[in-house]
Amino acid sequence: MAIALAIGKRLRDALRDLAPIVLVIAFFQAVVLQQPFPNLGNVLVGLVCVVVGLALFIQGLESGLFPIGESIAEAFAHKGSATLLLAFAFCLGFGATVAEPALIAIAAEAAEVAAEAGVIAGDDDARLSYAFNLRMVVATSVGFAIVLGVLRILKGWPIHRLIITGYVLVTILTVFAPDEIVGVAYDAGGVTTSTITVPLVTALGVGLATSIKGRDPMLDGFGLIAFACGMPVIFVLAYGMVM
Amino acid sequence: MNAVLDFATDFLGTVATTVFDVLPILAILVVFQVVVLRRRVQNLRSIVAGFLCVLLGLALFLIGLERALFPIGETMARQLTEAAAAPGAAVDWRDYILVYAFAAAIGFAATIAEPPLIAVALKAQKVSGGAISAWGLRIAVAVGVAVGVSLGCFRIVTGTPLPWYIVAAYVVVIVQTFRASRTIIPLAYDSGGVTTSTVTVPVVAALGLGLAANVPGRSPLIDGFGLIAFASVFPIMSVLGYAAVVSLIQRLGKGGNAAGSNDQTRGTELNPS
Repeated sequence: MAIALAIGKRLRDALRDLAPIVLVIAFFQAVVLQQPFPNLGNVLVGLVCVVVGLALFIQGLESGLFPIGESIAEAFAHKGSATLLLAFAFCLGFGATVAEPALIAIAAEAAEVAAEAGVIAGDDDARLSYAFNLRMVVATSVGFAIVLGVLRILKGWPIHRLIITGYVLVTILTVFAPDEIVGVAYDAGGVTTSTITVPLVTALGVGLATSIKGRDPMLDGFGLIAFACGMPVIFVLAYGMVM
Repeated sequence: MNAVLDFATDFLGTVATTVFDVLPILAILVVFQVVVLRRRVQNLRSIVAGFLCVLLGLALFLIGLERALFPIGETMARQLTEAAAAPGAAVDWRDYILVYAFAAAIGFAATIAEPPLIAVALKAQKVSGGAISAWGLRIAVAVGVAVGVSLGCFRIVTGTPLPWYIVAAYVVVIVQTFRASRTIIPLAYDSGGVTTSTVTVPVVAALGLGLAANVPGRSPLIDGFGLIAFASVFPIMSVLGYAAVVSLIQRLGKGGNAAGSNDQTRGTELNPS
């Protein structure tokens, strides 16, 4: 009974996420374009899948993964060696990013586009391995980003210097990276931080900042996400150069 | 009947591949809990149930992505460009006004209802001692995303290099950072990250790729990506700008008789000129 109620609430949340997009599209279709939407039945089935899938996904995270993640983050924040804490930070960033739905979507799309343009071979194997490698690079970069963010909280470094250094690095790498990776790299920053990563990483940041004297939980808990946004751009650009 | 069968095989196949996406984070959490912290895993049943929910949910979402979210973005890009461009004529960016309007509408609507953004906005209101209102911040971020996605579409239509825009945006952000209050900086940087939700990302990405495929002379590989980058950088700018405007109005309006709590935030917000 309780779980049915909880899933009902998640369904409502997922609908609320989707509603603005559907409304805008419906408006443009009905008022501006006045064209029939092709394959409408298939799309509607897909939308139902999105809503139900998102609801189940988030409910599962809330009841299963988030409680352990939060309790471990808290335990590490209060005691334990710095090495283990950093190891945990890396693993958390890496693991959460691998499971991020938006990244799975973008990696698949990038592989499709690269195959059509002839940058990689057109068969399924080449596409899958391209998408997989891209996701691994992004996940590794988020791992490092969280490590850096935790170090920042421990040492009290000011956030804007690190971010500006990151911007400068991105600018320099862009000059040398091949054109076809630049768009994907810039987009990689935005997709890493959604459903799974934000709550887990915020729990770690807030837990740490609360337990260390002189740190503001509100400010230091936040900075981690900004790093997780910037680091993938640098890593994917570098990956494009090495490839 | 056939459609149902198709769906079932599609679903099972997706579930099988999804296991490998979710397994790492589960393994990491369990290993750290049991081996490193030497604690028992409590509520094992609810964790297993949660894991199954995550698995099924992610698989369903990915199917819906293929069937609905990607096609929606692509179809809108195609129909909007067809409505705009005269076939055979040279590309004129002014023909694509509808595309920019649609991009702005999607960006604004999807952002204003974003739950993480609402949470961040409330915190910002608290941090600033009420100087920055939660609604003002939400509107600032949504306007930032709308302008960003719209400008990103303009870039795809004109085929100008993406780095010019993004690096220019970085420079503006850096300049703003040096003038902004220290308390608003982490919030502003993070507002870029929280705006791109799981539902919005695929639609916006497909819109960009579809646009690049349909506008003559553009290649999806070079021009198609980048909309999400725009949607991530522009909110930082609009939030920092909003905070600067608020503190300016306060300074002009209230003169010397500001409340104590405001003094603290305002003191660091702008360098005394």
